[in-house]
Amino acid sequence: MTQHVDTPTWTARVRDASVAALPPEKLLADRQPVYVASWIYVFGVLSLAAFMVVLASGVIIALAGPTWWHTSSFGDFVNSTHLWSTELFFFFMVVHLWGKFFMAAWRGRRALTWITGAVAFLVSIATAFTGYLSQQNFDSQWIGGQAKDGLNASGVGAFFNVLNFGQMLLWHVLLLPVAVAFLIGVHILHVRKRGVVPPLPAKDRRA
Amino acid sequence: MTDYPLAPDASVEWVGATRRYDLVKEAVLALLAVTALVLVLAAVFSSPDVRPVTIARWAAADPRDVLATAVSELNGTSGVATYGPPYTHVAGAGQNVIGGLSLQRLIGVKIPVDPARAFVLGPLSIPARADPALAKALVRYERAPIEDRLAWANAYGKAIDRGSGIGHNLPPGNFGPLPTMMTAYLQMAQSGGLDGALTSTGRFYQSNFTKALLFLSDGSYLESLASKQHLLGSQWGMMNETGNFPGQAWLWLYTFWYQIPPFSTSDNADAQIWALMGFLSLAFVLIPFIPGVRSIPKWIPLYKLIWRDYYRKAHAAGTSRS
Repeated sequence: MTQHVDTPTWTARVRDASVAALPPEKLLADRQPVYVASWIYVFGVLSLAAFMVVLASGVIIALAGPTWWHTSSFGDFVNSTHLWSTELFFFFMVVHLWGKFFMAAWRGRRALTWITGAVAFLVSIATAFTGYLSQQNFDSQWIGGQAKDGLNASGVGAFFNVLNFGQMLLWHVLLLPVAVAFLIGVHILHVRKRGVVPPLPAKDRRA
Repeated sequence: MTDYPLAPDASVEWVGATRRYDLVKEAVLALLAVTALVLVLAAVFSSPDVRPVTIARWAAADPRDVLATAVSELNGTSGVATYGPPYTHVAGAGQNVIGGLSLQRLIGVKIPVDPARAFVLGPLSIPARADPALAKALVRYERAPIEDRLAWANAYGKAIDRGSGIGHNLPPGNFGPLPTMMTAYLQMAQSGGLDGALTSTGRFYQSNFTKALLFLSDGSYLESLASKQHLLGSQWGMMNETGNFPGQAWLWLYTFWYQIPPFSTSDNADAQIWALMGFLSLAFVLIPFIPGVRSIPKWIPLYKLIWRDYYRKAHAAGTSRS
């Protein structure tokens, strides 16, 4: 009797490759190297937590529409949470970046971790910037008027028009947040795959 | 291999000592802590929301500035009229990155604006439908030779600069139909009609405020308000926001270049600073591959502070074995 062997489906191949690259016990490890014991390590997860609050507050504003927070005291409060979570997001991210820089955290095939983190930081700047342009208040008017000159001088302004509210709002609520979330996702998966970078070599005191 | 190697190999998986670490619990606690902190900050400090400037408000506060701006659109001396790409075709206009290289000119006019038509003549055609005198004045202006139109606009602009009056209230001069046009224009601006005219696309729904913001930026009223809020470029500009709020502090390096020579005195500061920031951003992303820069952590040994417990244990383990 001959045994029929099915060729693996695309789905099975993707699953097997995913599990091989990042097995569950590595993805959600409950033990870490002993050197992962400093307050500096907290700023990565704090950045992620602040990003979640930014998204949640942004979703509430989006549910009610872009003009709601100008006319509602609760809306004004939600907008304030959006602002302050953004400020914290950047503060945590900057401390995280400096910490990783002084740990030379790109060592040992971890360059992609640094690159995705750095690009996420830059794209986050663009995301926050389009948020300021989408506020429909004096800040939006002035920042748009000022920013157009730099963008126009670089050639970008011809396609990314900071005076076009509709275009900026869509970049702010859809395109850029999706890009930031994607970059953060790749960043975290790469950290889990490669592991937390070990300490730099120390001089042996006996030497 | 020891549990506490003094020189761990970063390229191989860690096989030394480990400790319990609850990633999910850490994430949940971080989310709760950040949420609580955000709620407190929002409740205590709130957020800025200064009303936007309307052209109606501008026209009520500084009618002379509105008319001076409108005249500058007619005689081609306004900021937009002389801007070049992406708004207007102006020979040689546009900033250079280096030498004669201008990305602004290379890409060209992609958001075309005819300042006289977009900001003055087009809007005035709306009330002209119900105002025969204005309609007649507009026809006279449109049919006049360009030399006459420029002469009228220049004379009218000078009269406004001298503070001789506004609208019809001017001393005799070679103004052509402009007194009639500008009187109607000011009425339209003060009534709010110009706000609508500059944002209207003829398609009912609208989300593009390019024309209205360009016209506001051509006047001096918006800038005077920004100056009071410490928002000018020389005051660290757009990284700030109204009131006592942190603003976009993360733009400090970009804004910093505008404060120092040669950029603070350069006609091409925007193009040069964008090129510089593009280069610095690329370098930032590629730090792992830049010799020297990637070695800075070894020269400034803050890592010894971060991993001090580990090094202590590693040295102790090494000593106990020797």
